[in-house]
Amino acid sequence: MSTTTLPPTKKTEPVSAPKGGISDRARSERKLGWMLAGPAFVVMLAVTAYPILQAIYESLFSYRLTDPDNRAFTGLTNYAVILSDGLWWQSILVTLFITVVTVAVELVLGFGLAMVMAKALSSIRPVVRAAILIPYAVITVVSAFAWQFAFDINTGFVNSWFAWLPGVATDTDWFGEKWLSLLVICLAEIWKTTPFISLLLLAGLAQVPEVLQEAAQVDGATWWQRLWKVTIPNMKAAIMVALLFRSLDAFRVFDSIFIMTGGANGTESVSFLAYRQTIARLEIGLGSAVSVLLFIVVVLIAAAFIKGFKVDLSQARGE
Amino acid sequence: MSTRKKVFWWIGGAVIVLYALFPIAWIISISLKAPSDIANGQFTPTDVSWVNYSTILTGSASDLFLPSLRNSFGICLIATAISCLLAMFAAYAIARLDFPGKRLILSTALGVAIFPVISIVTPLFNVWRQIGLYDTWPGLILPYLSLTLPISIWTMSAFFREIPWEMEQAAQVDGATTWQAFRKVIVPLAAPGVFTTAIIAFFIAWNDFVYGIVLTSTEAARPVPAALGLFSGASQFEDPTGAIAAAAVIVTIPVVVLVLLFQRRIVAGLTNGAVKG
Repeated sequence: MSTTTLPPTKKTEPVSAPKGGISDRARSERKLGWMLAGPAFVVMLAVTAYPILQAIYESLFSYRLTDPDNRAFTGLTNYAVILSDGLWWQSILVTLFITVVTVAVELVLGFGLAMVMAKALSSIRPVVRAAILIPYAVITVVSAFAWQFAFDINTGFVNSWFAWLPGVATDTDWFGEKWLSLLVICLAEIWKTTPFISLLLLAGLAQVPEVLQEAAQVDGATWWQRLWKVTIPNMKAAIMVALLFRSLDAFRVFDSIFIMTGGANGTESVSFLAYRQTIARLEIGLGSAVSVLLFIVVVLIAAAFIKGFKVDLSQARGE
Repeated sequence: MSTRKKVFWWIGGAVIVLYALFPIAWIISISLKAPSDIANGQFTPTDVSWVNYSTILTGSASDLFLPSLRNSFGICLIATAISCLLAMFAAYAIARLDFPGKRLILSTALGVAIFPVISIVTPLFNVWRQIGLYDTWPGLILPYLSLTLPISIWTMSAFFREIPWEMEQAAQVDGATTWQAFRKVIVPLAAPGVFTTAIIAFFIAWNDFVYGIVLTSTEAARPVPAALGLFSGASQFEDPTGAIAAAAVIVTIPVVVLVLLFQRRIVAGLTNGAVKG
C-alpha cells in the first residue's frame, strides 16, 4: 500500500548540551538532575520492584497463612501446579478474550469519537469534550454497578427494552452464563475506557499535516482514501501507543469482574485468580506465583508491542 | 460549512453526549427508586424517592459509607500531593536539565505505569500485616504512589517542555542561580501544569479498587470503591441496589465537578503526557 508521510524532521540538539568534555556547569547540572529526580525514581522502585521481588521469593514456598508452621521451600512447584491447572488457562483465555474484544471495539469507536471531537463545531466542542471525560473520570466500580443493574434480571431495564431482539427475553439471565456475563463485562469496560483511547487518537489526529490532507483533496482523493492513505499512516505512532496502553490496561481487568460476577461461571480473569488465591484462600505461595506469572505475561505483551509493532516510545515520552 | 455538514456534526456530538451520560443518568434514576420500585423494569422511577440517600447518609449504611468517604478523600489527596511534589522536581530535571539517566527515569515511569497492580498487592498484603501497615492510611498512600507517580512524571514533563525557558535564562543572566531561577520564575509558569497533573492523579487514586479491597479490613482505612464492593443490605432480606446506586452517585459528584470545571486542561494533560511528536 502506498502511503503518504512527510520526511522526518531532524531533531535539534538541546542548546545546553556541549560537545566534548564535561564542564563544571555540566557536572553540577548532572548532580542537580539526580538530586531533583532521584526521590521520585527511588519511590517508584520501592513501590514496585520491592513487592515483585518479594512475590518472586514467596512464590517459591508452599505457604498458607492459616497454617504458618508448615511453610516449606518447594522451588518451582507452585508454578508447575498453576501451569498444569485448567483454571489458569481458563483465566488466561477469559483475560485475552476481554482484552482483544474491548481493545478492538474501542479502537474503532475511539477513532470515531476522535474524528467528531476534531471536527466538532466550536460551539459544541466544550460540551462534547466534557461529556467524553465523564466515563474516563467515573470510578470503574460505579460503571460496573451501573451496567450490572441495567442488565440484572430484577433491577434492569435492558430485558424489557430489548425483548424484541432475538436471543433477549424478559427473563434473560445475563449473569447466569459465561459468555453473556463476559459480554456485559466487555460493554462496561468499553464504555469506561473508550474516552481515554479517543483522546490519545485525537492527539494523533492533530499531528497529521494539514498540507497532506489538502494535497490529497486537490488530487481528487475521496474521504475514504484520505482516511486510509493519509490520516491513518500519519498517526500510526499514536495508534500504536494507544493500543499498547489499553491492551496492558485491559489485561489487568479486575474491578468489573469482581462487581458483576465475582468470578462465577468461569468469568475469572488472571488478576482475579491471583486475588482469590491470596486473599480469599490465603495461599500466599500459590497467589504470589500467579502474580509473578501475570507480571511476566504483561512484560511479554509490552515487549511484543515494542519489538513486533515497533512502537516508538520516545513518541510516547514526548521526546 | 454547509448546513448539511453542520447538522451531521451536531448529530455526532449529540450521540457522544448521549453515549457518555446514559449510564450516569441510569444510576441516578435507580438511586431515586424506592426499594419497592427497584424492580419496576423501567428506566425511570415510578415515584421519586430519597430513601436510598437517607440510608447511606444517616441510616443503616452510613457507618460503612461515611467513614469510607472520609478515607478516600484523605488518602487520595495525600497521595496526590506527595506524587505531585516528587514529580515536580523530577519533571523539571527531565524537561530542563541535561543529565544521564533521564531516559532511565522515564522508562521506569513507563514500566511502573504498566505494572499489574495485583502483582504488587499480593506481596504487600503479607508484608503490611507483619509491619503494621495493614488497614492504615499510610498502608494505602504508599502503594497509591505506584499509580499516581508515573503519570504525574509524564504529564508534568510534557507540560514543563512547553514553558518558555528563555525566561529562566534571562533570570540567570540577571544573576539568579539555577535554583533561584527554578523557584522564582519557573514555578509560577509551571503551576497550571502541576494543577492539571494533580487532577489526573487524583482521578486515578480515586478510582483504585484493588489496593482498597486487599489492604484494608475495617472503616479505619477502607476507601469508597472497596466499601461499595462490599455493600450488602443490613439484613440478607434487604436489597442493597438502591443504596449502592445512591452511594455511587455521591462518589461520582466530585469527579464530575472537576471535569466540568477543568475539561480543557484535563484533555490537554492526558494527550500531552501520552503522545507528543
